[in-house]
Amino acid sequence: MSSILYVFSRPPHGSINAQEGLDALLMGAAFTQCSVLFLGGGLMQLIKGQVPDQLGTKNFSLGFGALKDYGVARIACSKPDLIGYGLSRDDFLIEVEALDATDMQALIQDHDKVLNF
Amino acid sequence: MKFAIVVHGAPYSSEACLSSLKFARAVLDSGHSINRVFFYHDGVHTANDLIAPPQDEAPVSEQWQTFGSENNIELIACIASCLRRGILDETEAGRYDKSGCNLAPGFTISGLGQLIDASINADRIVTFGV
Repeated sequence: MSSILYVFSRPPHGSINAQEGLDALLMGAAFTQCSVLFLGGGLMQLIKGQVPDQLGTKNFSLGFGALKDYGVARIACSKPDLIGYGLSRDDFLIEVEALDATDMQALIQDHDKVLNF
Repeated sequence: MKFAIVVHGAPYSSEACLSSLKFARAVLDSGHSINRVFFYHDGVHTANDLIAPPQDEAPVSEQWQTFGSENNIELIACIASCLRRGILDETEAGRYDKSGCNLAPGFTISGLGQLIDASINADRIVTFGV
């Protein structure tokens, strides 16, 4: 069975791409082995305490709590982007591995397919 | 080699819609095959039958329809993305009590499972418009 790596690189509420990406990840995890890598602005999807109700958008970030239950194998983010955005893993809703460039490359190579959102 | 193609960009707003079509043609011209084209996010606007571009601009939606029917390739538009953006077939228009339907001929509205199935079964999956 093909394994799929999802790459999330968009911030959460400026467009619906991030929310639709999470939908695609949860669907994928129901069928095959999936992992997810957060890059760039995508790291902001994981930040705790989002209150997007005030923007009139949905707080889909709560859905990240279900990733382990859906069997998502690895949940990772870019370590250089973590530093670049002034974030730490404690800011995140869920436990996330922070990978350097070499480890990110290995993660991508470990998967048969990559879907970008 | 078997390709799956994913289109995230809307016609005229993004080049993704046209570049993906050119890529799809090149895939077949090179002797490869395409198992499915999946329209997601704003890509589902491609399936809007009401698009009426000026005569001197490429009718991208019609070009996709022709490509799909001539080559017998499935053109699937994601149902969740379609409903959010007002792309409805007759069934969905009835279900949500809307005044009309506008899904272009040659396109099918279906679920995200079709994206996953295409990803699993293709040798390569290529996404346009992120």
